[in-house]
Amino acid sequence: MIVELGHYALVLAFALTLVQCVLPLWGALSGDSRLMAVAPPISVTLFVLILISFVALTIAYLASDFSVLNVVQNSHSAKPLLYKFTGVWGNHEGSMLLWVLILVFFGALVGLFGGNLPQDLKAATLAVQSWVTGGFILFLLATSNPFARVPNPPLEGADLNPILQDIGLAIHPPLLYVGYVGFSITFSFAVAALILGRTDAAWARWVRPWTLLAWCFLTLGIAMGSYWAYYELGWGGWWFWDPVENASFMPWLAGTALLHSAIVMEKREALKVWTVLLAIFTFSLSLLGTFLVRSGVLTSVHAFATDPARGVFILGLLCFFIGGSLALYAWRAPMLKQGGLFAPISREGGLVLNNLFLTAACTAVFVGTLYPLALDAVTGEKISVGEPFFNLTFGPLMIPLLMAIPFGPILSWKRGDLLAACQRLYAAFGLALVFTLFTFWLWGMEKVLAPLGVGLAVWVMAGAVSEIVTRVKFFEIGPKRAFSRLVGLPGSAWGTALAHFGVGVTVLGIVTASAFQEERIETMRPGDTVEVDGYSVTFDGAVPRQGPNFTEEVGHFTVRQGGAFVTNMEPSKRVYTARQMPTTEAGIHTFGFSQLYLSLGESRGDGAVDVRVYFKPLITLIWIGCVIMSIGAVFSMADRRLRIGAPKPAAKRKSAQPAPAE
Amino acid sequence: MTRKQRRLTLIGSAGAVLAVALGLILFALNDQIVFFQSPTDITEKDIPAGQRIRLGGLVEEGSVVRSDNAEVSFRVTDMANAVAVTYKGILPDLFREGQGVVTEGIVGTDGVFVADSVLAKHDENYMPKEVAEALKDQGHWQGGEGEAN
Repeated sequence: MIVELGHYALVLAFALTLVQCVLPLWGALSGDSRLMAVAPPISVTLFVLILISFVALTIAYLASDFSVLNVVQNSHSAKPLLYKFTGVWGNHEGSMLLWVLILVFFGALVGLFGGNLPQDLKAATLAVQSWVTGGFILFLLATSNPFARVPNPPLEGADLNPILQDIGLAIHPPLLYVGYVGFSITFSFAVAALILGRTDAAWARWVRPWTLLAWCFLTLGIAMGSYWAYYELGWGGWWFWDPVENASFMPWLAGTALLHSAIVMEKREALKVWTVLLAIFTFSLSLLGTFLVRSGVLTSVHAFATDPARGVFILGLLCFFIGGSLALYAWRAPMLKQGGLFAPISREGGLVLNNLFLTAACTAVFVGTLYPLALDAVTGEKISVGEPFFNLTFGPLMIPLLMAIPFGPILSWKRGDLLAACQRLYAAFGLALVFTLFTFWLWGMEKVLAPLGVGLAVWVMAGAVSEIVTRVKFFEIGPKRAFSRLVGLPGSAWGTALAHFGVGVTVLGIVTASAFQEERIETMRPGDTVEVDGYSVTFDGAVPRQGPNFTEEVGHFTVRQGGAFVTNMEPSKRVYTARQMPTTEAGIHTFGFSQLYLSLGESRGDGAVDVRVYFKPLITLIWIGCVIMSIGAVFSMADRRLRIGAPKPAAKRKSAQPAPAE
Repeated sequence: MTRKQRRLTLIGSAGAVLAVALGLILFALNDQIVFFQSPTDITEKDIPAGQRIRLGGLVEEGSVVRSDNAEVSFRVTDMANAVAVTYKGILPDLFREGQGVVTEGIVGTDGVFVADSVLAKHDENYMPKEVAEALKDQGHWQGGEGEAN
């Protein structure tokens, strides 16, 4: 009954999107405010309906209702409760329902908190958002109904893919989706602006906070996915340039560019046309990502099940939205008024440079991801494009960008003084040089590029610190008054500095973890010891253990340093009973920012087992940096001048400040 | 600077960055991509030793030999031809005799393929796509169309 209710709510939501697609837009174009007023209540109703639908599916999962096909295929009564819950989106149908839920959630936010937007812009935006929503609900109903019943319910389900039975599934997809789908709202804003033929001050102010919100979640989602793959797959790698990873990375690159160009548009009224295009591109890349991951063109852990009809349907949606919005852009963009001149050396110029490199890097990732697919489709030739390709294309494009980061925030608007900026960065440059030479002295000619990488990372971090120091005039007015200025700094200044600092931290982690990692692969018998970076790891033997829905063989290891006990580690090999599928659980121990990583191979019967031991120096900085970037985004969102949808001074519009900005 | 000069600077730098990016991409595509080959391709095409390729097929039944320092050797077959492979490291969880596998590495001078990565399926339901098609080419694919993906 509850399942049917969920299904019914989904159908009803689809019918409502049809209304929402037409009426508000018609109202916006004809100036009929009664028609436009329809949009906000419908956007909230849509959210409620999809929420009912989602809750219905969740109940079916929690109750292990094996009369529902989706539950049969992806759940098991012995599965721990948490995974029964997260299993709701651990499959194709459920994950698409989550996608739609977040889509309508963003629509409802605009509907509820967009009170101070011009009415026609708000109506048009909500209409465009429901075009996207309608398309995806139709996709669910037509090809991937999560509520389909089984005529003869089995007693037991097939269980969730064991790789997904992890806390990561509770965190990674929702974060990633809020990021991915969050860009839909900037897309809807951009398309609405094109339809109405104008971008006013309210438009410019709205785009940036929404982009920040989506970007913040996408950053966390990607970082979480990377860490999950790192500890769950047991390969010790944290990024594989896998097409599925690239699918989430491309919107991130485009979104980062959008974030920066939106600043120019908001402050200086320049780059409007470009920002609109970037907003369209960013969400298009999100859609492309969804297509790559969900259609089954790629074989991966993310492609749950493959059904050609689904691929074709998503491809259709993709063509409709990307083609439609780009055609609209070609037609309407010339109507948008350009403004704001600036010299090449200026804050604007710096932000343009950022956009150039980010879009170029995004293009490189795009080609690397899609070229093998295109080549296969056209010639049937099978190739793989892996790490070497991206190191050669993406890497060189990032280096000038990283070198330029500290300059950007220090240059002034309109016309900047490069010499003065350089003078302010002397300290940062000196520090970077010291670290480069120090790393070089430690490792010598053995690793030539790594010291430069370390120097670059320190340069970016120190640059972010000097920006704050410069802003509070630390050396001019003394520490006491500087401190009071520090507290009074606008949130966006903190945001910029934190996000840039986070980039430096991540780069440092990447450089040290890849250049100075130590790896041993050995066949070990009980009593054997391996030495890695000063730690000796002793294998004490393996014992079987019984889990709720798996059995495992746990390897006991003792780690000592200079004879002194450090820790015990317990990597294991599991076999999940329902699917008879083996998985590897890595053993990880964190020392400061570095990690020792143990992964087991197949056991050889006589007590011997293949063991892979890594020492990964400073590897956690990779993810810590991402978290710092997201915190930066939160600071920026909290900036009172940027509160979502506040075209007038914030003090007068207290009532219009929505939750996500806080 | 005049308006025109500013615009030219902007367009010029955009063009330069894009040209560099394009150059890098084309160079990398020429140099850094890895072709997928079946055991029959390797036997027939005479691939020069030292070239990086991806080799895919089934792990031949009874061919897996493990030696003590975490090394393993096996044969990858497409039922018509087979190629010997050596690998040092931990095999993926779903590596099995008689199952599909994709390995990446180089062909040594002695004709033995030295792999530095071995990929098996992510899930019991999948067969690597390239492997399924290579097997079809040799006429040994017994599964239905649906299972091939």
